Amino acid sequence: MGSEILERRAAISGIGQSEYGRRMERDPLALTADACLAAIEDAGLRRQDIDGLSTYPGAGIQGAPGFTGAGVSEVQEMLRLDLDWFCGGPELPGQLGAVINACAAVATGLARHVLCFRTVWESTAQGKGRRAGIGTGGGGSFRASGIMEWTLPFGAASAACWIAMMAQRHFHEYGTTREQLAQIALNARRNAGLNPKAIYRDPMSLEDYFAARMITTPFCLFDCDVPVDGSTAFIVSSLEAARDLRRPPVRVEAVGSALHGRPSWDQFDDLTTMAARDAAKMMWSRTDLRPADVDVAQLYDGFSFITLSWLEALGFCGVGEGGPFIEGGQRIALEGEIPVNTHGGQLSAGRLHGFGFLHEACVQLWGEGGERQVPGDPQVAIAAAGGGPLGGCLLVTRS
Amino acid sequence: MSDKPFRILPRVTPENEHFWCGGGEGELRFLRCQSCTTWIHPPAPLCPACESRDLAPEPVSGTAQLVTYTENHQPWIPGFPLPYLIAIVEFPEQKGLRLTTNLVHCDVDSIAIGMPLRVVFEEADEGIYLPLFEPAEI
Repeated sequence: MGSEILERRAAISGIGQSEYGRRMERDPLALTADACLAAIEDAGLRRQDIDGLSTYPGAGIQGAPGFTGAGVSEVQEMLRLDLDWFCGGPELPGQLGAVINACAAVATGLARHVLCFRTVWESTAQGKGRRAGIGTGGGGSFRASGIMEWTLPFGAASAACWIAMMAQRHFHEYGTTREQLAQIALNARRNAGLNPKAIYRDPMSLEDYFAARMITTPFCLFDCDVPVDGSTAFIVSSLEAARDLRRPPVRVEAVGSALHGRPSWDQFDDLTTMAARDAAKMMWSRTDLRPADVDVAQLYDGFSFITLSWLEALGFCGVGEGGPFIEGGQRIALEGEIPVNTHGGQLSAGRLHGFGFLHEACVQLWGEGGERQVPGDPQVAIAAAGGGPLGGCLLVTRS
Repeated sequence: MSDKPFRILPRVTPENEHFWCGGGEGELRFLRCQSCTTWIHPPAPLCPACESRDLAPEPVSGTAQLVTYTENHQPWIPGFPLPYLIAIVEFPEQKGLRLTTNLVHCDVDSIAIGMPLRVVFEEADEGIYLPLFEPAEI
């Protein structure tokens, strides 16, 4: 590689997470404060040291109720931060795009310590009823526009339906089965049983999986993540600044932010993969490390199939071979060749929406996983988030 | 009329009217580049192939192939009878020219990805006609 890989000037110097749970009825901004202050303290910094702020998806976007719990301005105001750089928005390469932005900011010297946060309060906002569709709460005069123009009139009101069709196409092209896909959910539940903060910790069997009610074929309830209230935060620092801090920095080896196909849930060229394919390819083009070097992988599971899609995109198995790869679940288990979603993922630990995966990657690299710690002193981790035309990933290392 | 589900309708604009209202004349219409003949969907002000701005709606034949589908059981939208079939279909006029739609008049057990389909229009309010698809061989 001829030119410097600039994201290597970035590191994660601290992590923080609020308590999280179902219908907590807590102010989402207060949850955000808990996560942000914890991350600042974890890094050994003070509020005054924070000169950058980054989030996904920020304030002012229409999503399902509770989709966004705090924006950049609210957090800047709450913490009275003096910022040299800030950024918040939904049009990013997945949720972790906010962290990739922060890496670029510290690598180019626009900031030294960027506070990145993501807050959800979907569980409280959606109440005790069924999970909300996107854009369905507008009443009789509401008219669909934007990307929803092409889906809502046909009742395709959730990413569940859109991703289910990707999974169905994968089943058709490659012979993938529900029994194979179940392993993503079963693996998450096994790991969640070892995570005291996880929402669903009771053991789940294959019979339990098949007994669950159908949401949108081939997805049953256990293929869909569990909405929670909670906030996750990171401090992304310049590597140079991070070296003097409390923790050994988690270094950013490479990021993937590419989307080469059409940014559309139904017009993308290959409906069995989408953005994960391009983001993963870009990430590997920026490092000499290979999939075999990765010790632990935290791969988005808003819906089970997305994890399978990332496994293929990242080269842990061949394209179309995800089903056989996860069959039986041994390869992706804590003791397997590539432990996946060691905290229980969004399927069982809770839908912290992308940021939970990078949080867990850092926990594992710092050896703080407790009962769920991956054996063998992991040094290299991947955090990947997003599905459909949204996708971004980071390769991070401890040394 | 009573067998029609409650639908959230699109916001009709001059840019998309040919698509949402063409069913009134029995036509499924997409924008087409008058310079290089590329079909364009969703509507755009510019041909993505040749950058021409000389675009006009034209009808397609209304036949399509099933790319993928899902049988939805979740009540995302109140008043939409369950379950219902959501599909992505592709048109023979151009590779990759697709729509998200509903499969109708179709038993779930008889669905096969790749099966031939044809458009049927469901009349909604405000001059809107939703292009839905049924098996070509009924």
